[in-house]
Amino acid sequence: MELELSSEDAAFRDEVRAFIAENYPQEMRVANPETDLTREQSLLWHRILHKKGWIAPLWPKEYGGPGWSVTQRFIFEQETSRAGTLPPLAFSVTMVGPVIYTFGNDAQKKKFLPGILSGEDWWCQGYSEPGSGSDLASVRTKAVRDGDHYIVNGHKTWTTLAQHADWIFCLVRTDPAAKPQAGISFLLIDMKSPGVTVRPIITIDGSHEVNDVFLEDVRVPAENLIGEENKGWTYAKFLLGNERTSMAGIGRSTRYLARLKQIVRTEVGEDDAAFGEFIREIARVELDVLALEATELRIVAQMSRGIDPGPAASLFKIRGTEIFQRITDLTHQAIGNYGLAIREHPVTANRFMPGPDYGHTATEKYLNSRKLSIYGGSNEIQRNIIAKAVLGL
Amino acid sequence: MDIQLTEEQELLRSSIQRFLREQYDFDERRKIVATDEGWSRRHWKSFAELGLCAAPFQESSGGLGGGSLATMIVMQEFGRNLVVEPYFETVVLAGGLIEDVGSPEQRQAFLPKIMEGEATWALAWAEGRSRYDFNNVTTTARCQGDKFVLSGTKAAVVGAPWADKLIVSARTSGGPRDRDGVSLFVVDRHAANLHLQSYKTIDGRRAAELTLMNVEVSADQMLGSEGAGVVALEATRDRAIAALCAEAVGAMSVLNSATLEYSKTRKQFGVALGTFQVLQHRMVDMFIALEEAISLTQHLNLSLSAHEPNGSKLASGAKSKVGYAARFVAEQAVQLHGGMGMSDELNVGHYFKRISSINVQFGDPAYHLTRYAQQS
Repeated sequence: MELELSSEDAAFRDEVRAFIAENYPQEMRVANPETDLTREQSLLWHRILHKKGWIAPLWPKEYGGPGWSVTQRFIFEQETSRAGTLPPLAFSVTMVGPVIYTFGNDAQKKKFLPGILSGEDWWCQGYSEPGSGSDLASVRTKAVRDGDHYIVNGHKTWTTLAQHADWIFCLVRTDPAAKPQAGISFLLIDMKSPGVTVRPIITIDGSHEVNDVFLEDVRVPAENLIGEENKGWTYAKFLLGNERTSMAGIGRSTRYLARLKQIVRTEVGEDDAAFGEFIREIARVELDVLALEATELRIVAQMSRGIDPGPAASLFKIRGTEIFQRITDLTHQAIGNYGLAIREHPVTANRFMPGPDYGHTATEKYLNSRKLSIYGGSNEIQRNIIAKAVLGL
Repeated sequence: MDIQLTEEQELLRSSIQRFLREQYDFDERRKIVATDEGWSRRHWKSFAELGLCAAPFQESSGGLGGGSLATMIVMQEFGRNLVVEPYFETVVLAGGLIEDVGSPEQRQAFLPKIMEGEATWALAWAEGRSRYDFNNVTTTARCQGDKFVLSGTKAAVVGAPWADKLIVSARTSGGPRDRDGVSLFVVDRHAANLHLQSYKTIDGRRAAELTLMNVEVSADQMLGSEGAGVVALEATRDRAIAALCAEAVGAMSVLNSATLEYSKTRKQFGVALGTFQVLQHRMVDMFIALEEAISLTQHLNLSLSAHEPNGSKLASGAKSKVGYAARFVAEQAVQLHGGMGMSDELNVGHYFKRISSINVQFGDPAYHLTRYAQQS
């Protein structure tokens, strides 16, 4: 499905498409880019986009954005995702960057924004804590003012790719007496500071994407506080809004569906009774994707007319993650007996994996995608948001 | 229809429970899985000493005569503790096959060692393109005098890397998808011209791809009648399903109680998770799924031990229904545990993975739903 594009927008789409085709690094086309790339390899595309001036579609022009319309941004998102490119560092560009240029002071903008755009600084997110789950306002990490520093003590968890990070943006409690949301501040912490320890968390697919981050008497310059003390919740909510918009994942689901069809055609003969069953299940998911894509296009059209999308992000998150989980489930089923095998991490070429190449990541993807309905505000929480904000319940 | 265990069966169950409680907690299992072989010969020996390896076999074979109900009891407890030793592969699959179709000489030669915990076995029926049908066999066995010469590849053979013996299905006649013409052979794992490529499975076990390049076996190593391998494997599958369903029920029961416990203690937004109605209903559905799975598993095991004529259809029905139920429970247990459910550290994810593996072995729930529908 396509937006009806003006000739300028169509030309833009062709330009984006050609740029990806000519510039996306072959080195990044590995079996599972999310787990198989080194830190340096993950940054290759980020740097290419930065050089082109396309690294931060959402940012205003004055801070380094390309100055695109809503439609152009959507086209860019659609093309990069359809082409299966690894997104640039999301915690840097999509999350902390906008917080800094919206709520930070001039010195902070000058200090941090260039490194975010270039990829020189890798950012991770210090929101979740043990026991916090989707209830982020329950932050217990403490920051106590000591002259021109804060002394930070606490434990952040589920911190994605903290093992690569130079900086972490943290929610910290600065006023223990206030109501949960009122005593939180937004603090930027250098990962090289004494007292910061990163411990890997291995997930059920065997990969190392997330970490515990321990903060022990970490001295953080007070100039790294974003906005006002105890107003951090406002900035955090602003950031979460950005996190949830990107979860429909139409491009990714479309690519994985195409691959699933290829696997079913190769692995399951047409005379196999399972074939018809797979075809129907695939059709069902395809219609789910189509409906979600149509919804996304409708919302984009409304936004370009200046209409607030409201909690549409929650809808995208729920359906986008459920659809992708279903696709990984069907793919795991499609590879049959080889669904018993799983790659060992860290992945090396000399470890034997049985069966056709296209099945090698099916098991780990099925396992890994269970996280989608949990993180970024669980799908139960997203349903609560819609119940309250849309249905008025 | 609730099964009332006999005194003997109760004794069997409580002895397994005691042993596993004392010697097979989750940390111990983690250590076992991390070893090179991925299972513990010491624990295996203990299982044999407890009589578990002899439990299901007929008394005339030297077993304890417990039949499929004994297997059900063992596998349910193994499911509760995620036991990785090759009981299913050695006792249920290979032992069952040998007892079912083996010659008196073969039973005499192989079963005592299985019952004493002296030998482990693996069953090589699948091939790269076979999916779940036993008749899809391209591996060939050519008769040469008093020998057969086996050539071909077998896929996803769980337990093969360290098994002493393998049972391999190979075609002695007919075309690649014929029901007739598949025969079973006992092959030594160290046989000349047999090549293994090993890998880890989703549930922490080891499996291998087998390449046979003119592997010679003597004619007396053929198991069952020539050309009748598919029928023998189908009967084995019925017993295998009964065992896997019991194991799934054991795993589900742990997931349900862990999730319930977690929902009572874990607080979010200032209240226990279990106070949210949407999660209460989810856990009620998990409870119902388990109840249905228990009932169908018992029904299947009773039917098989009574040799009722519709046993095979019922086996497929149970594999499908219990498989879907177990997947629902496993996925929701992870979901309700939140991020912790995703971590390798907590046991929940490991139950999830064992259930995922059970759902692949011998056919997924969708495959067996179709087979159930097709059986008259």
